[in-house]
Amino acid sequence: MEETTLNNDIHVKLTEKFGEKVTAVSEPYGFLTFVTYNDVIINVLSHLKEELKFNFLTDITAVHYPGKDHGIAVVYHLHNMVEKVRIRIKVFISEQNPTIPTATTVWKGANWMERETYDLFGVKFEGHPDLRRILNMDDLGVHPMLKQYPLEDPNRVDKKDEFFGR
Amino acid sequence: MNHNHPVFTDNDPQSELVTLNLGPTHPATHGVFQNVLQLDGERIVSGVSTIGYIHRAFEKIAEHRPFYQITPLTDRLNYCSSPINNMGWHMTVEKLLNIQMPKRVDYLRVIIMELSRIADHIICNTIIGQDTGATTTFLYLFQFREHIYEIFEEVCGARLTTNIGRIGGFERDFNDIAFAKIDKFLKEFPKALKEFENLLTRNRIFIDRTAGVAEVTKETALEYSWTGPLLRATGVDYDVRVSDPYSSYQDFDFDVPVGTSGDIYDRYLVRNEEMWQSVRIIEQALVKLKTEPKGIFHADVPEFYLPPKQEVYNNMEALIYHFKIVMGEIDAPKAEVYHAVEGGNGELGFYLINDGGRTPYRLHFRRPSFINYQMFAPMSEGMLLSDAIINMSSMNIIAGELDA
Repeated sequence: MEETTLNNDIHVKLTEKFGEKVTAVSEPYGFLTFVTYNDVIINVLSHLKEELKFNFLTDITAVHYPGKDHGIAVVYHLHNMVEKVRIRIKVFISEQNPTIPTATTVWKGANWMERETYDLFGVKFEGHPDLRRILNMDDLGVHPMLKQYPLEDPNRVDKKDEFFGR
Repeated sequence: MNHNHPVFTDNDPQSELVTLNLGPTHPATHGVFQNVLQLDGERIVSGVSTIGYIHRAFEKIAEHRPFYQITPLTDRLNYCSSPINNMGWHMTVEKLLNIQMPKRVDYLRVIIMELSRIADHIICNTIIGQDTGATTTFLYLFQFREHIYEIFEEVCGARLTTNIGRIGGFERDFNDIAFAKIDKFLKEFPKALKEFENLLTRNRIFIDRTAGVAEVTKETALEYSWTGPLLRATGVDYDVRVSDPYSSYQDFDFDVPVGTSGDIYDRYLVRNEEMWQSVRIIEQALVKLKTEPKGIFHADVPEFYLPPKQEVYNNMEALIYHFKIVMGEIDAPKAEVYHAVEGGNGELGFYLINDGGRTPYRLHFRRPSFINYQMFAPMSEGMLLSDAIINMSSMNIIAGELDA
C-alpha cells in the first residue's frame, strides 16, 4: 500500500516535469514502469538522480521486439536506496537505426552495461567513451541477442522455435 | 607512504613502459579473464580489461528453455554459491506466478542460502590470505567449504553446480543426516573462523599489505553501481536481504556490517563479519523450524510444482501437470518481473519478461561480478602490481558470473 502512494508521488512529479514525454505508466508487481523517449532520456535519468534521489543505477539492458516500428526497447532499472523504491524506464528505438544517448554522463557505471547492450543488441550509445564489444569477439559481425538469430544449428529439426511456443 | 599516488620522474633512463598480459590463464587471477597492463617498474600506469573468455550466451539459451530448465544455467553464474542463484531464479518465477511459500520452505531456503554465502566468503577471504602469502589460513578454513558441500550433497545430491530446489519449493525434504551435518557444521565452524581471524585480523604483515590499499569512497562505489560486501566496505549499508526482504528474511535478527574506507582490509572484515551473521541466521532458522509443521517442503501448487514420479504413473491429474510443466505449458501471467537477491558478491537480479510462450521472452541476469569488475582497471592505475592482485582477489570476481 505504502509503495503505491510512493509510486504515485513519483509519477505525479515526473508528469509535472516532463508532461507527455512520460507515457505508458504501469506497476507490474509494484514496480513502477514507464516509457519515455530518446530525446529526453538523459534529462529524465539525471532528474531522477538529482531531484528524486534515485541514486543507484541497477542495470541497463535491452529487449528486441521484431516487426515493430520501434523494435528495440532499452530498459533502465534505477533504485532509490533511501526510500527503497525501484523504477523501470523503457525507451523504444528503431531497429534500423538503434541510437540512444549514453548514460555514462550520469553514472560512470553505465559504461560496461552499455557495452554489453551494444554487444548483444547493437544499440549504439552516442557519446559513449569506449563502445566496443565486451563479451563476444570483435569480428563476430552480428548482435546475437536479436531475435532473427537462431540459437541452434538451423538444420536441426527438433529445436525449431515453433516447438517453444513462438 | 601513499600507494595510490606514484611519482613519475622524467629523467629516468628506463622510462619505457612494459606491457604485461595478466591472464587469460594466470594463477593470480583465479579465473579466466585478461588484463593488459602497462607497467612502469612495478607500478601500473594503465590497464585494459578483456572479458568474455567463458561467455556461454546464457541469456540466449534461456530464451529457448522452459522455466525449470533454466535453473541449471543459473548454477553456472557464480559457481561458488550456486544455491543462491538457483533460489533467486525460483523466487523470480514464483513472484511471476504469485506463489506464496510456506514459512518452513522459506526457512529451509534461508539455511541453504546462508551456507552458500559462507562458502562464497570462505573462498574470497582465504584467497586474500593466500595472495598475501598466507597459505596456512587458506588450508585451515577451506575444509569447511567441503563440509558445506557435503550438506548440499545430502539435500540435493550435487555439490558444486547444485540445481537445488524447484520452482515451488524443494524436490525433497531435508533428511536427518542433513540436519545432523548442519548441526555439526554450526558447532565446528565458529571455532575455525575464530582461529582464521586470529591468524589474520591483527596480523602485522596482513594489515600492511591490505589496509589503505585500493580505497574507494562511497560516492565512487555508488557511481559505479557496486553492490554487496564491496559496497558495504565503503560504508553504505545496502543489503537486499534488509532493504527488499525475500524468503522471510524479515523474520531474522542480524546485523549488516559496514566498513569505513572501502580498502581491502575493510572488505576482508566485512566478509568475515557476514560469515558470523550467517551463522547467526542459520541458528535462528533451525530454532524457527522446530515450531513449523514437519514434512512441508514445497508449496501446494500442483500446476507449477512437479508431482512425485510414482503419482505420474498412477494418477491422471499428476500426469497432466507433469506433462504441462515439462513441456513449459504452465499458465504464467504475461508480465515482466524483476527480482533481486543478495548473492555472494552483491545484488543478483533477474529481469524476466514472459509473453505466454513456453520459454521466457527475455531473461536478463544482473550479475554483480560483471558490474563490480568494471572499476578494476581504472582503480589499478598507479597501484603496485602486487596490490592490484590482492585487490582483484578481494573483489571476488567469479568468471562464470562475469561472462554469463
